[in-house]
Amino acid sequence: MKQIAVKVDDLTVAYNYKPVLWDIDLEIPEGVLMAIVGPNGAGKSTLIKSILGILKPIAGSVSIYDKPYEKQRQLVAYVPQKGSVDWDFPTTALDVVMMGTYGSLGWIKRPKQKEKKAALEALEKVGMLAFKGRQISQLSGGQQQRIFLARALVQNASIYFMDEPFQGVDATTEIAIINILKELRKAGKTVIVVHHDLQTVPEYFDWVTFLNVKKIATGPVKDIFNDDNLTKTYGINYKVSIQE
Amino acid sequence: MNSAQIEIQLIASLVAIACAIPGTFLVLRKMAMISDAISHSILPGIVIGFFITHNLNSPLLILFAAFTGIITVILVEYIQKTGLVKEDTAIGLVFPALFSIGVILIAKNANDVHLDVDAVLLGELAFAPFDRLLISGIDVGPKALWIIGIILLITISLLIAFFKELKISTFDAGLAASLGFSPAIIHYGLMSVASVTTVGAFDAVGAILVVALMIAPAATAYLLTTDLKKMLSLAIGFGVLSAISGYWFAHWLDASIAGSITTMLGLIFLLVYLFAPSKGVIAVLYREKQQRTEVSLLTFLLHLKNHNEEEERHVNHLREHINWQKVRAKTVLELALKNNMIVIDENIVSLTKKGNTFTSKAIDYIITNEDTQIEDMKDDFFLFRG
Repeated sequence: MKQIAVKVDDLTVAYNYKPVLWDIDLEIPEGVLMAIVGPNGAGKSTLIKSILGILKPIAGSVSIYDKPYEKQRQLVAYVPQKGSVDWDFPTTALDVVMMGTYGSLGWIKRPKQKEKKAALEALEKVGMLAFKGRQISQLSGGQQQRIFLARALVQNASIYFMDEPFQGVDATTEIAIINILKELRKAGKTVIVVHHDLQTVPEYFDWVTFLNVKKIATGPVKDIFNDDNLTKTYGINYKVSIQE
Repeated sequence: MNSAQIEIQLIASLVAIACAIPGTFLVLRKMAMISDAISHSILPGIVIGFFITHNLNSPLLILFAAFTGIITVILVEYIQKTGLVKEDTAIGLVFPALFSIGVILIAKNANDVHLDVDAVLLGELAFAPFDRLLISGIDVGPKALWIIGIILLITISLLIAFFKELKISTFDAGLAASLGFSPAIIHYGLMSVASVTTVGAFDAVGAILVVALMIAPAATAYLLTTDLKKMLSLAIGFGVLSAISGYWFAHWLDASIAGSITTMLGLIFLLVYLFAPSKGVIAVLYREKQQRTEVSLLTFLLHLKNHNEEEERHVNHLREHINWQKVRAKTVLELALKNNMIVIDENIVSLTKKGNTFTSKAIDYIITNEDTQIEDMKDDFFLFRG
């Protein structure tokens, strides 16, 4: 049995006393590339944000390799939704990627040459080195997403959480991103992705969690990605043909 | 210049710098209105602080008033969190309430002292040099200069220490939280600095000008740069420039210094708004015109590329065929010629090798949106600048 990278116990999260996640139990084994799928308002982003301590749950707990998240920050990288930030912010692509190093620096300490070098390497990995000095509003949607990915890569984490990394990117970027995610899995990392496009689940991921306020199912894609679970999650008769 | 004039300009400049620093982050966080709220709602804090300390320059009064500023922020957020009203409505509910408490307190209790609503709102920089700080009988300068100097020193130290934290929590609060930089701590830290600065500056320049000095220089700088550090320096520069030019404008008009400084802030913003190199109104209009021409050029080149027949490439036919006005057709033709993209031989237009490659690349870019290969083209053509 593989080690459990992320464990969620009895997690309940509410906005204004209305639960958006209800009693979630979830174990994510190390080294999987997992999609979290579910309809709008199912609490997919909320689940990630609660695991990362950005939202405070009203009940339940989360552990990363058997310890609370606060003690394991260094092991975790986070890619928020692209739309959650102001891309007119006065800064460059390189500077945004450098932000990924801030966590290991801690309060007050400034990034130095070592951090800059790491950021440049991450930019190269996502094919964005040529754009390092570009103001971020001058980048296309796909390029902005690559910058976000590079910012997570620079953290050199063990677990990556990504909130809809394929939102509004072109096909080339989508392929580039998924290839990087597959490489991460090959290197033994755990990657958890909020995902919308059900068609690509079997092709991209090896693990899947169905979520709709409650957890519907979680497990290997080949075992549980079926019409039954899709119908339970989306409420209507859902048919997705799985390519063998 | 006499020493009073120098002192007034020095105070105004220090206030401008102290305001521009938190102001830059307020503008980037889209919280400009909160500075307006703070500047008004500190009034009851000042009045109550004055009743306790009987001294308008007491550090205790400054802290007390700044605390009212923080309460404003907390109240606004609390009302907003109920989800019943939006942030701007919450601000509009909170600060008039607190401000009016201050107005009533002054009217009921402070008729006989130097504390009136006009003084709080407008300040009077011209009187600042008269209020001296004496240390064991020695005159060390105007009190206002010392107060704002100390506040500025604290602000700059905090900015240098927490620049990275301010940047990340302003740009991406979610990431900041996940990395362990509590956005709440940074938020209230910034609000405290804004409140203390407002209180420290109101006596010299008044509550309204404090708002102008926080927001206008930062908004002006925002139009000119894409780098946070440069934005801070530019905001500081614009603040000081307005402070000094405003002083001399007031001197010349024999009018309120605070009013003149604010006028200068407005004028500088207007100039930059019109003439800023990339975000200014004129630059934007020019760019749009250029883009129209470039799209026309591309349409024209593509037509040439798609047609080998000579009759399709005859100068006169082109005008009919693409359905352009004479002037426009001429502009496009000249632009293409100037860039060596076409040759005209006996009124038959042909693409040059350069024109041919350019067209393929450009069309490729528009279709795939893959722009690594055409980086060099971007400098010549606005169209491809994202």
